[in-house]
Amino acid sequence: MSESSNEVVISIRDVVKVFPDQAGNPVRVLDGITFDVRAGETLVIMGGSGCGKSTLLNCLIGELRPEEGQILYRTRAMTQPRDLLAMDEAELNQVRLRFGILFQSGALFNSMTVAENVALPLKEHSYVDPSIIDIVVTMKLQQVHMLPHRDKMPSQLSGGQKKRAGLARATALDPEILFYDEPSAGLDPVTSAAIDDLIMDLSKKIQVTSVVVTHEMDSAFRIADRMVMLDKGRVLMVDMRDAFERIRRTPPDQLAGDEERLIHQFLNGNTKGPLTDSETFQLYERQIIAGTR
Amino acid sequence: MGEGVDCVKEVRTVGADIVVVLAGAVDLHHTPQVHKALVGACEERPRQLVVNLTEVSYMDSSGIGTLVEVFRRVNAYKGGLALCGLNERVRSVFEITKLDKFFKIFATESEAMAE
Repeated sequence: MSESSNEVVISIRDVVKVFPDQAGNPVRVLDGITFDVRAGETLVIMGGSGCGKSTLLNCLIGELRPEEGQILYRTRAMTQPRDLLAMDEAELNQVRLRFGILFQSGALFNSMTVAENVALPLKEHSYVDPSIIDIVVTMKLQQVHMLPHRDKMPSQLSGGQKKRAGLARATALDPEILFYDEPSAGLDPVTSAAIDDLIMDLSKKIQVTSVVVTHEMDSAFRIADRMVMLDKGRVLMVDMRDAFERIRRTPPDQLAGDEERLIHQFLNGNTKGPLTDSETFQLYERQIIAGTR
Repeated sequence: MGEGVDCVKEVRTVGADIVVVLAGAVDLHHTPQVHKALVGACEERPRQLVVNLTEVSYMDSSGIGTLVEVFRRVNAYKGGLALCGLNERVRSVFEITKLDKFFKIFATESEAMAE
């Protein structure tokens, strides 16, 4: 567990993102999202498929532009918080240098070796001597236990190795904030736990702020300081991990209200509960009683 | 310390040793000037090259990489490299990269000089 502070590094305020549905009607995929990310913490964003968590991640890294709201960043180099949405491309690129992103696939360049992949951000964004870049690459690969694979091509790596190489590249520029998109997806339990250990190690030892999007509950509870639960584009709950742990362990009939029961159902992966009952019943009611779809 | 500000505060010769005092944030922007100063000191082949980090608030991986590169140079002529005055944050970067096991790290400059 990292030592997070109350200093806010990202402040997300009333963020709305709209996409058209198949019929072209606007759908609020993010519907007024508000929460803070604190310096040094590991914040896990979770929710079911289609809840908006990947869209939110893409908004946070500047890949998608919300229609409404603010995403205020305060990195070490900033004296005042700056709204991501008010930045031009040049400023956005400067801020992006302060964060690293681990994509689901690792997103390595297939034509480069593992070491070349890790070296790329350093070569692109600094005037550091090549011999020093080579040393930094060795350090980064050591951190993710990938030194024996430095000269391999991505096609020669397993899924877990690709993730670890991706993590080495994501940390090449010593980011202040690391974003993880489903870091455990597709990994066996042991490899998944190893990735979790790496996330916690980086957080604890060099105070990297981590924002992790996942629906792997074991992983989420292992790494999180705080958690955010999304449902239908809204924030259902933001709190410390222990608060979610309480809901996870409390029998549904002892929980207060549908929201807590819904969170309980999600955290425990139950097939019965408000999450599925209300949705399927509403659909059933629409189709059988109202005769509409 | 912002971009363009000199990170190399002082270079002084003490007998057969050289002390290089660094300050501020030793990061990607400042690493080239730090490297140049340390390589310059190495060329004098001091018995002990002492890098005083007391006033260094932050050091990134490129800063650490620079020290490793200089360490190799010093080793090549069988000299010594000693670091001193690491704050907790800088020390933790050495620890996560496991380089604290290779470097001689001292609390103060006088202890490093006595090595």
